[in-house]
Amino acid sequence: MNIIVPIKQVPDLVEELEVDASGKGLDREWLKLKVNEFDDHALEEALLLKEENGGTVTVIALDGEDIDKALYAAAAKGADRVVKVTGDFEVPVPNHTAARALADVIKSMDCGLVLTGVQSVEDRDGQLGVLLAHYLGMPHISVVTHVSVNGGEVTVHKEYGGGVVAEYEATAPVVLGIQAARETPRYVPVAKVRQAMRSTALEEVAAHAADAGAGSSVSRMFKPESGGHAEMLQGSAEEVAGKLAEIIKSKM
Amino acid sequence: MSNNIFVITEHLKGQVDDVSYEMLGKAKELAASYGGQVIAVLLGSGAKSLADDFAADKVLYAGHPQLAEFNPEGYCKTIAGLVNSHEPKAVLVAYSSQGVDIAAALSVECDLPLVAYVSNLNAESITSQLYGGKMSVESKVEGERYIAAVLPGAFPADAGKGGGATVEEVAVPELDGLKVRFKHLIEPEGGDVDITQQKVLVSVGRGIQNEDNLPIVQELADKLGGALSSSRPIVDSKWLPKTRQVGKSGLKVKPKVYIAVGISGAPEHIEGMKDAECIIAINTDPNAPIFDYAHYGVTEDLFDVVPALTEKL
Repeated sequence: MNIIVPIKQVPDLVEELEVDASGKGLDREWLKLKVNEFDDHALEEALLLKEENGGTVTVIALDGEDIDKALYAAAAKGADRVVKVTGDFEVPVPNHTAARALADVIKSMDCGLVLTGVQSVEDRDGQLGVLLAHYLGMPHISVVTHVSVNGGEVTVHKEYGGGVVAEYEATAPVVLGIQAARETPRYVPVAKVRQAMRSTALEEVAAHAADAGAGSSVSRMFKPESGGHAEMLQGSAEEVAGKLAEIIKSKM
Repeated sequence: MSNNIFVITEHLKGQVDDVSYEMLGKAKELAASYGGQVIAVLLGSGAKSLADDFAADKVLYAGHPQLAEFNPEGYCKTIAGLVNSHEPKAVLVAYSSQGVDIAAALSVECDLPLVAYVSNLNAESITSQLYGGKMSVESKVEGERYIAAVLPGAFPADAGKGGGATVEEVAVPELDGLKVRFKHLIEPEGGDVDITQQKVLVSVGRGIQNEDNLPIVQELADKLGGALSSSRPIVDSKWLPKTRQVGKSGLKVKPKVYIAVGISGAPEHIEGMKDAECIIAINTDPNAPIFDYAHYGVTEDLFDVVPALTEKL
């Protein structure tokens, strides 16, 4: 079975985010990007399934800043094929556009499962996996934390609140929105990524699908105005610890 | 097309989720500004009575054995059919485990724009929380109709409770041969600390950096006679069991004192702890959203503050 894993780069939230001059988007000049953490989990789950059942893993992404590095890192982790879909995409690319473009390429591939991150921090027009499933005409299950494959049948756990999980069976091909892999996503040292850059053929496919667009436009981006704000305690670590101790004692 | 507002309600184990009431309350405001009605959509099997306290003008009830439990394929097929035949002005879907499998599906099957992570909306604009709650975005949809995926906890639930709606049973499409089949629910394993019953929770997030640093926060929890809880990444990394997770896919907690250590405060986490009596946040990022919900905030390094605090208690 070939497992296809769409990944994307998103802003790293550890960095400070600022609104750009248009007032409608992020200032991307100094923005640090990283692979969507849920996509990392999707790739990990795909690699675990390959280790258990054989088959291949294909990682696919739309062209964009730093995407080559992300694809080579996926190859270094164990992906068999890495594919870049090229085209002139908006930044950030709406998920409807991304899903159309990806579906157009994936439909000509051998595909038993599609595993992708359940969500990302930029999903203004909805989650990629579900859009992709409907453009491909495949069923989907999101918020998945466990996958096992038995021939053409797949058993998955979909997570609800409070630790309750629903078990589903699905007939492949199916698109799964991964919440968490069974194992912590594997780490790959930079040296192995460099090696993959030399030894891996990064395939490029031009996007043909029409630009679906988000179906909406941003009229304003702003830092949330909060209803309230914490009383900030100032001073050295020692001093604030003292103040906190008093506050905590008074509340218990 | 109509000016009506569809609310896709959801339930699990015979209980309607609060987010359904939250959306019904909001839909009432929207319907008033558009001059339409609130139409609740309920799917299930023998579940019609779940709609008894819906504050809606009408309930569309689709009953079928295949719809007894949530099934992404069967639910999407049924709901898409209803949206396409009724053509409501707006469809509100929860940004929940079930809703995430519905909203984007409707967007494709009904060819409607979708705005996700919605924290507020009115007839003029739709506001989403993006980037883990660090940015708000107002969207304008193209065309007359849209779908909004609404964050749980964004609106009061009481406004959506009432009753007296007329219930119309609707035809269910052919559901034989679905590719996705519900098997059963699995309850969490017991045996661990019940974090919903604690007076004090010390909750740890990504800021703790690695598993070896956990004793620092565990010692604080022990000193306070409380328990250790966490945000999602800590559980995904297997540093703490699932039973300790606070938030959307974890538990909702309401302790007397909640100390968030190295937690930025993504909407999914806030959903689970915002009702705690006293919230203290320790995070080096002064712009972390958690400070908008905390009563007291500290931006000193947790590795300095937490041991000092443990010492002083």
